[in-house]
Amino acid sequence: MKEKTFSRTHLLILGLLSILLIVVLPVANAHGYISNFQLNTWGKYLCYAMLAISVDLLWGYTGLLSLGQAMFFTLGGYMFGMHLMLMIGRLGSYQSDLPDFMVFSGLTTLPSFWQPFYSFSFSMLMVVLLPALVALAFGFLAFRARIKGVYFSILTQALTYSAALLFFRNELMMGGDNGFTGFRRLFGAEIRSPEVQRWLFVATGIALVATYVFCRWLTRSKFGLIQQAVRDIEARVLFSGYSAAAFKLFVFVLSAVIASIGGALYVAQVGSINPNAMTPDKSLEAVVWCAVGGRGTLVGPIIGAVSVNAAKSWATQAYPDLWLIMLGAIFVLVVLFMPRGLVGLPAQFAWAGRRINAFIQERRGRRPNSDDDGNDGGDDDSGGPGTSRQPPDPPTEASAMSDPVPADPPGDPANPHARGQTEPPLTPAAQPQPRRTSADPDPSTP
Amino acid sequence: MKLKPRILTIALCLGLAACGSEEGSPPAAGTETEIPPESEVVETGSEPAAEIEPEVAMEDSPETPPAEPAGTVEEDDPPAEVAGAAGNGETVKVGVLHSLSGTMAISETSLRDVLLFAFDEINANGGVMGRMIEPVVVDGASDWPLFAERARGLLEQDQVSVVFGCWTSVSRKFVLPVFEELDGLLFYPVQYEGEEMSPNIFYTAEAVNQQAIPAVDYMLEQGMEKFYLLGSDYVYPRTTNLVLMEYLLSKGVPLENIGGGFDRDEAGNITSAGKYTPFGHTDYQQIVAEIQQFAAGGNTCIINTLNGDTNVPFFREYAAAGMTSDTCPVVSFSISEDEFRGLPARQLVGQLGCWTYFMSLNTPANQQFVENFMNWLAGTEVAGIEKENRVTCSPMVLSYNGVYLWKKAVEAAGTFDTQPVLEQLRNGISFDGPGGTVTTQENHHLTKNVYIGETLPNGQFRVIRTFDQVYGEPFLLGTFAGGGEEEAGAVEEDAAE
Repeated sequence: MKEKTFSRTHLLILGLLSILLIVVLPVANAHGYISNFQLNTWGKYLCYAMLAISVDLLWGYTGLLSLGQAMFFTLGGYMFGMHLMLMIGRLGSYQSDLPDFMVFSGLTTLPSFWQPFYSFSFSMLMVVLLPALVALAFGFLAFRARIKGVYFSILTQALTYSAALLFFRNELMMGGDNGFTGFRRLFGAEIRSPEVQRWLFVATGIALVATYVFCRWLTRSKFGLIQQAVRDIEARVLFSGYSAAAFKLFVFVLSAVIASIGGALYVAQVGSINPNAMTPDKSLEAVVWCAVGGRGTLVGPIIGAVSVNAAKSWATQAYPDLWLIMLGAIFVLVVLFMPRGLVGLPAQFAWAGRRINAFIQERRGRRPNSDDDGNDGGDDDSGGPGTSRQPPDPPTEASAMSDPVPADPPGDPANPHARGQTEPPLTPAAQPQPRRTSADPDPSTP
Repeated sequence: MKLKPRILTIALCLGLAACGSEEGSPPAAGTETEIPPESEVVETGSEPAAEIEPEVAMEDSPETPPAEPAGTVEEDDPPAEVAGAAGNGETVKVGVLHSLSGTMAISETSLRDVLLFAFDEINANGGVMGRMIEPVVVDGASDWPLFAERARGLLEQDQVSVVFGCWTSVSRKFVLPVFEELDGLLFYPVQYEGEEMSPNIFYTAEAVNQQAIPAVDYMLEQGMEKFYLLGSDYVYPRTTNLVLMEYLLSKGVPLENIGGGFDRDEAGNITSAGKYTPFGHTDYQQIVAEIQQFAAGGNTCIINTLNGDTNVPFFREYAAAGMTSDTCPVVSFSISEDEFRGLPARQLVGQLGCWTYFMSLNTPANQQFVENFMNWLAGTEVAGIEKENRVTCSPMVLSYNGVYLWKKAVEAAGTFDTQPVLEQLRNGISFDGPGGTVTTQENHHLTKNVYIGETLPNGQFRVIRTFDQVYGEPFLLGTFAGGGEEEAGAVEEDAAE
């Protein structure tokens, strides 16, 4: 009954892709088959993929649409960026020990809170700690007050906006609008050198794979089931004796840390960070990646982040005037016609194939007695989605819509029994979820 | 088993993405046949229009999913070949790196337009050393890391000889390491705060002493005694105001006659002078009240480095408080003719601006330039160029000058390589541009005329004062410190070292 975290094929494919990311691409780069620019750009996409996973962990699995994930991403970037700024040393344009922006803000001594960032390990610690603390404080207050749905989204958006305003202030001594740039050294080596960049890419690859494996394990564990139950029927989880707030808080903190690590790796590879990266629209972008890839799956956000950003990179160069329209159209179409995103495509094809087959069979076998519009309406987009959405899986759909609690267990759903008894009903309720997450309206519908 | 289709999708996406990011074809060479890979996916995806799918279905007809993706990938290949075929020796590639979308697009698209105009003009006259200019226009999308990525793409993939681009200081700061690392050449055309001299950037922009200081000189000539410093909170206003504070002190203006407040560090040294508001700030009531109080004794002016839209609420509040250009004039450094396409000029009539070019300059060179540009606009077929209500302004002309200076330097050097061209630029090259003669300097800046203009109701400026051939000096912090207060000076001397 319990699905294994990794099936054999899955392990094989995961292993192959990891080797591709962590070994093949960097080696190909070292031998000149992939340009430094390509590798660097891909490193950036992988960092974005971590941000997208963090969004998905909250949105797709826990039903919390956080619009503040870019803040955690950027905080991680800033924490590592502070170390990199100090490592510039006297190589800046003023040949001062202070970072350039401090010199022309008139500072003569390093602010005390900058001092510990000379240490690499301290800065790494802060990459994890600071976002975790911020998420803990914010999440504690928000979840304790039972803030959810759009109100949670709005609050997180406000949080990231206020953080951006704070970082734009020059008084904060974090570089203001210009942010951090012009990094020179990491561990004493030239940071822009192909070797360092290659290692950073490898580190990003490892971080991404590790994040993926961890999140997959987590979402397949009992914890993951409760997490999904919180998304689907929070009240029931509460009645079953679980503290939903604690689960949500843990996921919130975890995803903040994931985003933050992604941000730290991002800064080292992109070589710059400024408060613009925290504005709410960046968080929204991450949500879009997630939706395009397919939320409620872990590969979805990775695919979404990589493909949308690759498309953006390509289109801003090839069609500088039209790229916004193109990308916008893609997003609209994805939302309208691919509710489960790119990862849902094969299923959609399969379904279409099956319907067409059935239709042909029907035609061949006997006179078409009825005009069930789902069939031949398959290729006309306008009438298609609305009408044909219902037929494929009536039982699941109907039971999900009309009655959130499956009728199979005899136990009263509102009966708060001991854990042992409530777990069986939870499992069947949660198990089919991953496949129909996008039909699930409650977290996303504004 | 059920993962198989997903994996196929991953492979498809990775493939698409790889094709996408390898694409290097410039827009000029782009053909109609190019289909964005993502949209293809969407089109095929729209056919089934299915949402809920039982798991079994995937195994029922496994041949369907692979068939579709394969077609998509194949269709993506031809453009890559087109891109590869485009690079023959007839042309010289030149990068244009501006925001064509996002918040800065309103300003930066004008620079893209004037650059394309300049390229066409040069091409019509035989190109550069016999080679036609092939512009590679990319969109920085007001997204600073994307600026850095696109700069890298222009230099590494498109192998452009020179890049014209950037508007904001932050975008310049973000691309600077890329240009230094890859030994590229960037022409930067917009007034900026100085304190920078990259070996790979040529600043056709106004330095602080080609805009703010002449403006203050003019104000001092007019008998102004008190100066209120107001700006948006970013590096250009802050640095400019710090320089202006030192300059005013050196001219004998006492510290208490400089308004807007000061920040001091623990030792009491001034780290910042002036009043700053965030981007998009709308409530200027309190600030205007403070200015009124400050201006009570008369002979007061406001040095305004507010950016873009925030000028609208400020000037509205200013007018509502009963102040006019007679009682308390405002001199603005970020409002040019182009900004008046979006700002109400009537609110600013009589206020001052200071630039190294005004559209209203009454010289044959300028009239010819404006006429040619307008004719080009009317005739151009480049998509996305606005044709109505166009004006010319200083950043546009400085972009235009940059193209011609680069052309002259290339011809003098006899090569398109960065370093020889920079060498020629450092040696001093002159060009008679629309705003008067400009001459390149050893410190990567330009000597040029500075004009002070008075705003007219139609969004133009009437030139009221000209400073001839001002030498551009990027490093000003601390240079005026001698005559001022000791404490203010001490910090800045350290800073300049």
